[in-house]
Amino acid sequence: MMPENYSTLCIAVTGLNANDNPGPGMAVIRSLKAGFGDRIKIIGLSYESLEPGIYMHEHVKKTYLIPYPTEGTKALLDRLSYIHQQENLDVIIPNFDSELFNFIKIAPQLQQMGISSFLPSHHQLTLRDKLHLKEFGSKYGFYVPADHQLFTADDVKKAADEFNFPMVIKGKFYEAYVVYTMDQALKSFHQLNASWGGPVIAQQYIKGTEINIAGMGNGKGSNISVVAMRKLYITDKGKAWAGVTIKDPEFIKLADNFALVTNWKGGYEMEIMKNEEGNLYILEINPRFPAWIYLTVAAGHNQPAALVKMALGEEATPYGDYEAGKLFIRYSWDHIADIKDFQQISVFGEF
Amino acid sequence: MKIKSDIATSENGFIFNPATGDSFSGNAMAAQWLLAMKNGKPEEDIKKDILEKYNVSVEQLERDWDDWIVQLKEANLLEN
Repeated sequence: MMPENYSTLCIAVTGLNANDNPGPGMAVIRSLKAGFGDRIKIIGLSYESLEPGIYMHEHVKKTYLIPYPTEGTKALLDRLSYIHQQENLDVIIPNFDSELFNFIKIAPQLQQMGISSFLPSHHQLTLRDKLHLKEFGSKYGFYVPADHQLFTADDVKKAADEFNFPMVIKGKFYEAYVVYTMDQALKSFHQLNASWGGPVIAQQYIKGTEINIAGMGNGKGSNISVVAMRKLYITDKGKAWAGVTIKDPEFIKLADNFALVTNWKGGYEMEIMKNEEGNLYILEINPRFPAWIYLTVAAGHNQPAALVKMALGEEATPYGDYEAGKLFIRYSWDHIADIKDFQQISVFGEF
Repeated sequence: MKIKSDIATSENGFIFNPATGDSFSGNAMAAQWLLAMKNGKPEEDIKKDILEKYNVSVEQLERDWDDWIVQLKEANLLEN
């Protein structure tokens, strides 16, 4: 596809839950409009009727409910086929960890239908997941905190004996809590087990400065873009409510090594803790854009726009340097809709 | 003592370290000293300027300067 045609693209995006633990969808959409202009057509894909992006028609032309990942790939493919018939999608950008397995699986069929994507492989997805992160770090020489998989309350006690307190209890897909007592550890274990299934993960607590890196891998061992951010204001869920772009060659080197050893394809986020010795511990690698991805645009790198271009077969040129000192401050806003709108998406699954 | 080259400073004393994201607010004197240090002015010349412009004893200036350098080191703003 020629660049002049980007302005009329139809792009489907998930992750419209712009709440206090936001999905990246709205930030991705904002980035795409910054890159390709307001004429592109954005189609929202949501799992629930109260994802705020559904009601924000200045950003999302129309939203369709899609089946939860547990319903399998056939249900997802059937639903996307229907949506494609209505909207003629060009590109699809999934933004949730938990949905990626299915989207990767059906990517060839979507491509046959004319819907492009730019996703990691199942192997790449597994390499960096929370259950394999320590093993991944050991194999390739990255600093990764020690961890334990937790299946029972006894496992929590064993982990506490090894790590002492504080330690970190993490859900399989989302959420993490720093716990200081056994009571807190057990409560977090049970809560995360109920929310995301097992195993829950206990991770050694690393004291230091938390840094996040948004990267965009080209699938051939290089990054198109790497932008680092330090959280300035953190919510009680550990999410950044404000942050600033920072620049250190060590961050770029770390992300470039990650892209090199994995041949990572697509967007990703590295959650890093820099300890007092200056070692960069990888706490997590998320296989999609972070919710703060629009900050990369402000710093001069439009990673979502680059992803779309690569999905459509263009060789993207690495962005190179970016601007440090760009700040984002998230805010909340009461968006007004009508109960009829809610009825429309709830009953008919599209709005 | 040399200020790291990438440290951003402003005339009103605001300091931003782009490698760490740390930011600091300094007073007018801090802004003046930072600017002079960033411009590569020797320590002795900076002190001489201060003694000429302000009513301060050499002993007091030395104490303040030492304190200033400690703060810069703690803030990780000096070249190693």
